[in-house]
Amino acid sequence: MSKSLKALAGFAVVAVMTLPLAQAGAEHKRGHKAKDTVKEAKAPAQAAVPIAPPASVKLGLGRPALPEEIAAWDIDVRPDGQGLPPGRGTAKEGDALFQEKCSTCHGEFGEGVGRYPVLSGGHGTLKADRPDKTIGSYWPDATTVYDYVRHAMPFGNARSLSNDEIYALTAYILNMNDVIKDQDFELNQNNLAKVKMPNADGFYEDDRDTAEKAFWNKNPCMKDCGPAPKVIGRAIAVDVTPDEKAGPKVD
Amino acid sequence: MSEKPTSDVLNRRRFLGAAGLGAAGLAGAGSMLPSLAAKAGEAAKPDPAITEIQDWNRYLGDGVDKRPYGVPSKFEKDVIRRDVSWLTASPESSVNFTPLHALDGIITPSGLCFERHHGGVAEIDPAQHRLMIHGLVDTPLVFTMDDIKRMPRVNKIYFLECAANSGMEWRGAQLNGCQFTHGMIHNVMYTGVTLKTLLEQAGVKSNAKWLLLEGADSAGMDRSLPLEKALDDVMIAYAMNGEALRPENGYPLRAVIPGWQGNLWVKWLRRIEVGDMPWQTREETSKYTDLMSDGRARKHTFVMDAKSVITSPSPQMPLKFKGRNVLTGIAWSGRGTVKRVDVSMDGGRNWYEARIDGPVLNKSIVRFYVDFDWNGEELMLQSRAIDETGYVQPTKAELRKIRGVNSVYHNNGIQTWLVHPDGVTENVEIA
Repeated sequence: MSKSLKALAGFAVVAVMTLPLAQAGAEHKRGHKAKDTVKEAKAPAQAAVPIAPPASVKLGLGRPALPEEIAAWDIDVRPDGQGLPPGRGTAKEGDALFQEKCSTCHGEFGEGVGRYPVLSGGHGTLKADRPDKTIGSYWPDATTVYDYVRHAMPFGNARSLSNDEIYALTAYILNMNDVIKDQDFELNQNNLAKVKMPNADGFYEDDRDTAEKAFWNKNPCMKDCGPAPKVIGRAIAVDVTPDEKAGPKVD
Repeated sequence: MSEKPTSDVLNRRRFLGAAGLGAAGLAGAGSMLPSLAAKAGEAAKPDPAITEIQDWNRYLGDGVDKRPYGVPSKFEKDVIRRDVSWLTASPESSVNFTPLHALDGIITPSGLCFERHHGGVAEIDPAQHRLMIHGLVDTPLVFTMDDIKRMPRVNKIYFLECAANSGMEWRGAQLNGCQFTHGMIHNVMYTGVTLKTLLEQAGVKSNAKWLLLEGADSAGMDRSLPLEKALDDVMIAYAMNGEALRPENGYPLRAVIPGWQGNLWVKWLRRIEVGDMPWQTREETSKYTDLMSDGRARKHTFVMDAKSVITSPSPQMPLKFKGRNVLTGIAWSGRGTVKRVDVSMDGGRNWYEARIDGPVLNKSIVRFYVDFDWNGEELMLQSRAIDETGYVQPTKAELRKIRGVNSVYHNNGIQTWLVHPDGVTENVEIA
């Protein structure tokens, strides 16, 4: 095939691809036929025509998700319990699991190791100078424990726990936070969303537009704005900045 | 301060004036340009950089295939992302920082965009990547990357700032460098499709109010996004700065949520569920809620407030010359465009309008400059951004008065750099 013929054949295929997408599958075969026709008859092909950007249009791209595909990925859990899978577990069962799979980072009782998150304690510290924001002291919803463990834990081996194991671990974590008092209490898909967390009422919607309305200021001061400032703190006195020379090697 | 800082206009006038005075004027200007003055006093020695033939001028350089996907000059080896190792427990769930001090203009090079991962960088074969949309939709759908790339495309430049940017500074000056105090931000051009286009394919039901975005990484990052924002300006992007997303920035697909905190910009995006209420995931309850001094916390604090920082001079970019200098920095606002940036050289007593140069775009970084003369006096440098809604970047003291110091996120207070007479510059708190 000559160069020009190749180009013509290419145009023919592109032109077919611009037909309405519902017909694209059927037309695709015809596209190949068109190619042959061009080769034989040397008929001029019509160039591709741009499609107007759709305002709100089905593009015919993508395919329906199968129920088993949705089931495989739909692992989120909401505060109202939507998404909780069938299953059960107790704190007693969760204890052994926690020691095996979680304590390396979180400590035996969720006290935290190194800089890994502390999971328990901190009650009554939210107004303090150094608040401990743990699951027990801060998290508003018990379902979040399930959702997060199911998505991301154990760290480095995510998605490896069974639904029952996650119920048991959730029960253990809530037990060490005194949210579930009884070690043998069975946590399951019917009661997890009903568990009331200590700080459930501690949150309110972003109110910066009103609480910080003074920051909207048409005429900020430009000249002689207050007394001469004094230095009251220095980063180099804290001395926690990484050394420039200690950066990773780049070749 | 002996020499008043000058805006560009004032400065130019002075220089023109000096030039008009002829030889006498130049001698006067010489005191501001010590390198020239020194040269004038002694017999000028030829510069070997000029008189000696350099290797690169004689020998062949690398051929065209040596750097098929180019790398920066080896002399720029210090311009790199850096982390603060004590901040986090492991490098897989950590953050590093954009070297803002070494950059200019408004676009962050792809290889320098700060990284924040929760379960390490997912290395995903795009041929195996899928995006699922389900929940309150007419038809749950699955898209391949090829499907998404056949949809109408958009290009937009936006900043991405972590809500915890400057979060280490709530209690006072802690890290000595704008890379560390402000480097959890970058600004790039994204290419992708609008989320609206994608949602229209599935057909969102009338009772839908929220979406859940979920990543394919080992943290399975999930966050709730209001449908209203999703239909407004959210993009699903596969390219940045003209190239495919980098793995550390979500390759092959990520969410782009203009003006809103970076944590929502789910990387390695694989699933969007449509629902009627927020999911209250770990990231939007235990993290990314703002604890106030009364022990209660703000939630859904999505918008990033107007903010700015002087990138040079700064602790990693000390002043090296007396006389003429260029002060530069960046400003941004999650509420729209930056209208103005003011700069103070005396710790906020007097302010001068900086010159913004380069594109001024919605929810994008802008670049500002002040050309100034420096005689070696101590400077307390500050910048103050003002956006199109009239929001004025507050002082840290003003912020703390309302929020206390336990807030962690959304510290957009005015930064102070103290420039010493020897040019050394440090991060300080002033009152």
